[in-house]
Amino acid sequence: MTKRDPLFAIKVEDVVKSYAEVMVLRRIKFSLQPGEVAVILGANGAGKSTLLRILAMLTQPDSGSIDIYGNDIAKNGPQVRALTGSVLHSPMLYTDMSVRENLTLFAELYRLKNIDTLIEKNACKVGIQSRLDHRVRTLSHGFQKRAALARALMHKPQLLLLDEPESGLDSRSVSYLENVVEEYRSSGRTILMTTHIIEHALEIADKAIVITDGYVHLESTTTCLNKSNILSAYSHTLPKTSGDL
Amino acid sequence: MRESLAVIWAIGRKDLLLETRNKDVIVAISVFALLVLMIFTFAIDINQVNAKLTGPGILWASIAFAGVTGLNRAFALELEGNTLEALMLAPISRDLIYAGKMLGNFLFITAAQIIVIPIFAVLFNLAVLRWEMLVVSLLTTIGFSAIGTLFAAMTIRVRAREVMLPLLFLPVVTPLIMAAVESTSHVVNDSSWPEIYQWIQLAIAFDIAFIVISAFIFQQILED
Amino acid sequence: MTKVINLIVSPIALSAVLMGTTLWLILVWVPTETNQGAVQRILYLHVPIAWGAMMGIIVVSAGSFLYLWKKNEIWDRLAVASAEVGVVFGGLALLTGMIWAKPVWAVWWTGEAKLTTTLILFFIYVAYLMFRAYFPPGTQRQRLAAIIAIIGAIDTPIIYFAANLWSQAHPPLITGPAADSESSLGTSLGVVLLASTISFTLLFILLVKMRYEIRKSEDEIKHFKRNHQLDSAVLNNISQARGTS
Repeated sequence: MTKRDPLFAIKVEDVVKSYAEVMVLRRIKFSLQPGEVAVILGANGAGKSTLLRILAMLTQPDSGSIDIYGNDIAKNGPQVRALTGSVLHSPMLYTDMSVRENLTLFAELYRLKNIDTLIEKNACKVGIQSRLDHRVRTLSHGFQKRAALARALMHKPQLLLLDEPESGLDSRSVSYLENVVEEYRSSGRTILMTTHIIEHALEIADKAIVITDGYVHLESTTTCLNKSNILSAYSHTLPKTSGDL
Repeated sequence: MRESLAVIWAIGRKDLLLETRNKDVIVAISVFALLVLMIFTFAIDINQVNAKLTGPGILWASIAFAGVTGLNRAFALELEGNTLEALMLAPISRDLIYAGKMLGNFLFITAAQIIVIPIFAVLFNLAVLRWEMLVVSLLTTIGFSAIGTLFAAMTIRVRAREVMLPLLFLPVVTPLIMAAVESTSHVVNDSSWPEIYQWIQLAIAFDIAFIVISAFIFQQILED
Repeated sequence: MTKVINLIVSPIALSAVLMGTTLWLILVWVPTETNQGAVQRILYLHVPIAWGAMMGIIVVSAGSFLYLWKKNEIWDRLAVASAEVGVVFGGLALLTGMIWAKPVWAVWWTGEAKLTTTLILFFIYVAYLMFRAYFPPGTQRQRLAAIIAIIGAIDTPIIYFAANLWSQAHPPLITGPAADSESSLGTSLGVVLLASTISFTLLFILLVKMRYEIRKSEDEIKHFKRNHQLDSAVLNNISQARGTS
């Protein structure tokens, strides 16, 4: 197995991350194939968001290696970022600019061509055509999240990272999200998302990764999983000894 | 190169666009600076004799203090929607983000000076509106925004950010303030260019040193 | 008995003896300088203390540079420790300088280049320490603090150059009774200065070492806590694996 194995969309090896006195990720190890839709599950504070931030290159791991489509993220930062699209916890949009202005700015930062057509196309995908010229501040939470998704899709990333994309969304918004997931699956691109809603995760994803106490406790295709499997993997929390923080 | 400039301009233009809507930064800097000037006109009884002596120092002290509050505001803007992280997700090197934010800050402080310096000239009855003053003001503003952008990015996660930024910023820019004050006082005293030039040289050296270092170091600052 | 011997040969005892001897040399042994009077004796403290402050800055910058380069916590600890001691020495240098200047130059403070530079540097390193106190703990804090220290170091020659140019344009008003007279002391001045410099250098090193060791213990406790967590997690993992298989 060489480091530049193109078979893997993501290959995470022994990633460790600690904040001050707390070890959030202890030795994370998993891999995804191109075209897989994977979901990271885990209780609150299990380190799901931290892991996504590391994959999005916003946070540096203490140790371990990560390959995205054969690029070591520590070495080829800009290339990897061009391959990756992320929607993390907050929408990350300028609230006093319109959706169109936001998308234009980010399209320029990604050095895209034909920006206007791209914006229209992606706005349709997430159903925000009617809101393109509204300021982000005036939009509802659901529309802000959809606009953020459009921002992440603009440069057609091979890998999409989504942190709890369906939280606070109505069913209509969720259906746009499901369309995007379907499109990714059928075009052989990869999605890694976190979620709280186990049923929905099992429905939408091909693969589930359960993180408990900073380790991958379960990595399996969703066909042979049910909710109770996952919940039992959740519950392996550590007995807190008095020395722990 | 052209692509890099386009990215820098895209970030700077975005700051300007937001500024035209919020009008937070430029107004804050100008009003603050004018207030400091006004307080000094009471604190020191300004007359024809002492205006030339004290005026340049008061002008640059007010711009430095006002500028630092503006820089704080300009970065708070990126924190509001976590948008700094959105910039960091883009496949561009960090020094372009730095340059873009610096461009925005440069334009803000320059715009504020366009308002403040003529009013200063009137209040202190000094003939500062000369081309040499333009050079002095540009060089000082470049240095302020180079250091200011760097420290503003560093103090984002600090509690008591509003206090920390001036504490870091002011001592480091002191040589630049000295250069600005001295060359302005040469300007108001109608000195010849060579006398001004030695201070201009200092300002140029300061600007170059810190732009180069900041661009080099900015990568280290953004990641946690 | 060994305890007593250890104490006698310990650096702390050595420092105390040296400091006592130095004080005796300064206050009793060396004759009074005829031009400046008794106040001149403070220079025997001022010069070595200022030297300590300078060492502090050099060690902070070197430590910070090495930390950024090697990412080894040793250098960061060294940098903080010497910043703390350096700031104290710097403050004392300013204070002793002012006490000397008042009778000799007739002013407490003047725009002389070395004074201005010392004062500005004092503020930069106070800001460095405050930054460390205000910033949430972690490697980012160490990295950013190192950057501040290096910026301060790079700024130093620029500050000195500016202050020098400034004091040429505004010649300081030194009107005291003995502003520019030759010293009446020959070799004895050199002897006392040398002894004093040695004592203060040793004191500086000792204080830095103590601060360094306190930091080191703090870090060890932190690591212990973290590893303790890790161990219990590993144990838990193993028992898990046994349970499920």
